[in-house]
Amino acid sequence: MEVISDNLGLFLRGMRTTASLTVLSYAAAVVIGAVVASFRVSPVPPLRAVGAFYVSAVRNTPLAVLMVLFFSGFPDAGIIVQSRYVSAIIVLAVYTGAFVAETLRAGVNAVALGQAEASRAIGLTFPQTLVLIVLPQAVRTVVGPLGSIFIALIKNSALAALIGLTELAGATEQLISTTAEPIPIFLATAVAYMMLSIPSSYAVARLERRLAIKR
Amino acid sequence: MTRRRLLVPLLLAMALVGAACGSDDDDDAATTTTGGGDTTTTVAAPTFDAGTTMAALQSKGKIVIGTKFTQLGSGLKNPTTGELEGFDIEIAKLIAIGIYGGTLDTIEDKIDFKETISGVREAVIQGGDVDLVIATYTINENRKKQVDFAGPYVIDGQTVMVKSDNTSIKQLTDLNGKKVCSGTGSTTPDNLKAKNINPSELVLRSTYPECADELRQGRVEAVVTDRGILLGLVEASGGSLKLVDIEVSEEPLGIGLKKGDDAFRDFLNDRLEEIFASGEWAAAFERTIGKLGVATPEPPTLDRYTGTGTATTLATTTTT
Repeated sequence: MEVISDNLGLFLRGMRTTASLTVLSYAAAVVIGAVVASFRVSPVPPLRAVGAFYVSAVRNTPLAVLMVLFFSGFPDAGIIVQSRYVSAIIVLAVYTGAFVAETLRAGVNAVALGQAEASRAIGLTFPQTLVLIVLPQAVRTVVGPLGSIFIALIKNSALAALIGLTELAGATEQLISTTAEPIPIFLATAVAYMMLSIPSSYAVARLERRLAIKR
Repeated sequence: MTRRRLLVPLLLAMALVGAACGSDDDDDAATTTTGGGDTTTTVAAPTFDAGTTMAALQSKGKIVIGTKFTQLGSGLKNPTTGELEGFDIEIAKLIAIGIYGGTLDTIEDKIDFKETISGVREAVIQGGDVDLVIATYTINENRKKQVDFAGPYVIDGQTVMVKSDNTSIKQLTDLNGKKVCSGTGSTTPDNLKAKNINPSELVLRSTYPECADELRQGRVEAVVTDRGILLGLVEASGGSLKLVDIEVSEEPLGIGLKKGDDAFRDFLNDRLEEIFASGEWAAAFERTIGKLGVATPEPPTLDRYTGTGTATTLATTTTT
């Protein structure tokens, strides 16, 4: 246990990086997801095709592959993001964005058809219908799944260690290799991840109750 | 149906053949060690006292050795042939011959090589996943608290690799304020600290080809680690990377084994001495690292330490 108290600073820095990485990439993922979901439900066929392609391309590729491809492969094609922190955010956002898009699309489909018909009847355009009428109702029904995506993202962010970022998993890897005491360090890491994800689960549950549609 | 009917006799036959081979080994117990780097040299299997690790390995019929799979020169899984190549691999084979007898060509059947990256070396030894680790493993006091070392079987030194067109890094102090890459779990951070060198960022990656990529793509300006590792990377880079003649540290590379198994450690050291004297060590060096343009050195002096660093007497003082 001494290993943990001796290296608490590294641990806390790792946790902070994991937390900020998760929050920032989730924010970006929600924006990407909303855009892609609106493409997928739009009346314009090419937009629907773009949305469908994005979702199937990203969602069917392992995150580890995307991470390494973006960081180590793309530079050889002339696309380079110098900061490994920004690179990790981009990859996590692009990946998570596909899941957010599918979840929002499910939410949109759950909104009663009469809502869209009524909006059209009072003369709203498709974007207006989507942003003002359908999406707000859609989001309420999928708060739970969106929360699950956030919690999954906390853990997925560990793959940023693959590109040499010292977030929680990266810090763990470094500590183990310098101290050679894997068991207490892995246990501490598991606890640290739970300290991030369990409060998130509670927050999501609360949010879900508050936004629940009263029927 | 036919397949299942065939399977049982086949398994029986295999077991019988295996048993026959096993008893064969027990029969010729002569301990003749013939010298020379000749790959056809056949060595008879020695006998060991019951209860020793060597005896246990002999009766198990296989030794599990952890090594690196991504390092040209020391341990590389050749992507075209699938064969493992390198100095660490050759040392592993020579050690195994000391247990099972045989030749360099036949001994591979007795070794189960397991990929072992820098960061997990202590864990796989302690957990019993491997019997030995031969993976450019520097002997140092901190690690001696966790595992034991036979050797050193070669003295490597840490040096610096940069892009071929780099002219700004000529001496060690030029690394101050630069971005430097090395392997997770390597001794590089400590070595740089010991020499008062402060890079602006020390990036740690789990394998060295990743460091080479970062260097090529301009994310870091230098890679610091063992010369043997860097030579392999320079060779693989096709002229885009080069070494700078800077000595960062001296790295005695050893064979990692479970802590406290002194009989096994003595055996390994004796076996190393044997291959040092017979010329097999030099031949192995020439076949591997020698091909990268390094002159074969004299074999190192073994470090047969006693009772260093038991976990109870030495406090852990690792800081990162």
